[in-house]
Amino acid sequence: MPARGSGTLRRLARAPSFWLGGALVAALVLVAAFGPLLVAGDPYTMSVRERLLPPSETNWLGTDEFGRDVFTRLVHGSRLTLQIGFVSVGIALVVGGLMGVVSGFVGGWFDVLVMGFVDVLLAFPAILLALAIIAVMGPGLTNTMIAVGIASVPGFARVVRAATLDVRERVYVEAARALGGSSVHIMFRHIGRNIVSPLLVLVTLQFPVALLSSAALGFVGLGAQPPEPEWGAMLVAARDYLRRAPWLVNAPGIAIVLTVLGFNLLGNALRDAFDPTQRNA
Amino acid sequence: MLVITVLVFSMQVLLPGDPVDMMTLGQPIDQATKEGLRRELGLDRPVHEQYVAYLGGLLRGDLGRSVRTRRPVSEEIVERYPNTLRLAGAGMLVAVVLGVATGVLAAVYRDTLVDLGVSVLSTLGLSVPAFWLGLLLIFQFGVHWQWFPVMGYDSWRHLVLPAVTLGLILSAAIARMVRSSLLDVLRLDYVRTARAKGLAASVVLWRHAMSNALLPVITVIGLQAGALLGGAFIIEVVFAFPGIGELAIKAIQFRDFPLIQGVTLVVAVTTVVLNLVVDVLYGVVNPQVQFR
Repeated sequence: MPARGSGTLRRLARAPSFWLGGALVAALVLVAAFGPLLVAGDPYTMSVRERLLPPSETNWLGTDEFGRDVFTRLVHGSRLTLQIGFVSVGIALVVGGLMGVVSGFVGGWFDVLVMGFVDVLLAFPAILLALAIIAVMGPGLTNTMIAVGIASVPGFARVVRAATLDVRERVYVEAARALGGSSVHIMFRHIGRNIVSPLLVLVTLQFPVALLSSAALGFVGLGAQPPEPEWGAMLVAARDYLRRAPWLVNAPGIAIVLTVLGFNLLGNALRDAFDPTQRNA
Repeated sequence: MLVITVLVFSMQVLLPGDPVDMMTLGQPIDQATKEGLRRELGLDRPVHEQYVAYLGGLLRGDLGRSVRTRRPVSEEIVERYPNTLRLAGAGMLVAVVLGVATGVLAAVYRDTLVDLGVSVLSTLGLSVPAFWLGLLLIFQFGVHWQWFPVMGYDSWRHLVLPAVTLGLILSAAIARMVRSSLLDVLRLDYVRTARAKGLAASVVLWRHAMSNALLPVITVIGLQAGALLGGAFIIEVVFAFPGIGELAIKAIQFRDFPLIQGVTLVVAVTTVVLNLVVDVLYGVVNPQVQFR
């Protein structure tokens, strides 16, 4: 596994997808961090008089079925979006990563058992896994984050284990052992350092998957509950009022697309930069 | 398989709170009736006994009754399963046709505007949430131009929009794979040899390159089959399409556990079978693969 070197950074800088993707992601972070502070009004105030207004001077993106300003909701929702992404990917990273490292390092029947279980889970589409977990846990924002996180664990476990195995073969681990380092010490120091690149790629590419899954869950009412301005949930109303207020469909949808696009581009650029032997897709 | 039944059953055991309490949420029912219900469902017996009873029921084809509609779960599932299969099949068809066509175009006209266009479209395609695309299509084709119906399933026309939604997104992934795999093959020596022999370019393309390029594509298609099923679930809700996806989601919304369990089981089995089929297919297509 090629470690990060100067060649990588150069390749990265040359890829247009890196800049575009990075810009989109940066935009999201900025909006999430500062947006709610700068935008007047609050995403929860309802106003029956102002229901379903098309985009105008006062309401840049129109109002929804409860008279709430769509633009404001969108901006506040960006925080939720980041939150969801971080928590779910974080869970997958920690749990899956630990599983992978331990499994790869220990090997033997433990490895076979754990990986067998992971393979069974991996055979299922992520959305269905998340759906099943939600079925047990019940709907809600936190549950969604947990469910999506757990559903992503098998993927992470596999990748981390592969990287662990790869590094384990390396001579310098033997050397370190010869020098007297303890097993745990070796595991975390050396393996950890070399997993960074594939892990970075995976995290960047998994973020949008988690987002799409949680948005889908929100759309079917099993994710974030109203009145939370989660982008997926915002599309539910769009469906019911499609005829009367078509603008409700565009805003959250485009927001989701741009966010997901940003991460996808970034992830692709990272992947191509780290491992140039991969054919450019 | 057994593992799956254990997992599905454990779903019920794991849930926090008592199933009967959840099912009767919001209804004024006294304790005695609840106890009766529990006994009827066998919930007062120890866990392993319940599991055995569950397995027994399975073998008899009995998946319990839906709490919501009081109809046997197996009936509900059987009613809708073929619909979902048809939807998934149609979606896969659209995806493969579209994906292969655009992938080939992109590879043949490599580094031209066509290639760039395909690249952009496919990246977009992978970034779009399926349900949003569905809504957009509903609006354009269903409401605005009124070309296709948008709800239910009374004719083949009803299949078009949801299948296209599914297919479009999937085709993005397929197109990429086709393009890159075709490019790989086109570089190989034996292709150059064929060209040198003077065969027309199109012959070279179709006969030699395609058959070998298709191999990894089939793998991708197989892998995507699972995603197809997952996507179908959400799309069914968007289009109010009566398939098991819509059934499952309604069941989850209503905490209809027998139904949830039944559908989960069916879906799990389907996925396993699907994976098996893909493995076999791959072995058939690639004579070099050995069976583990």
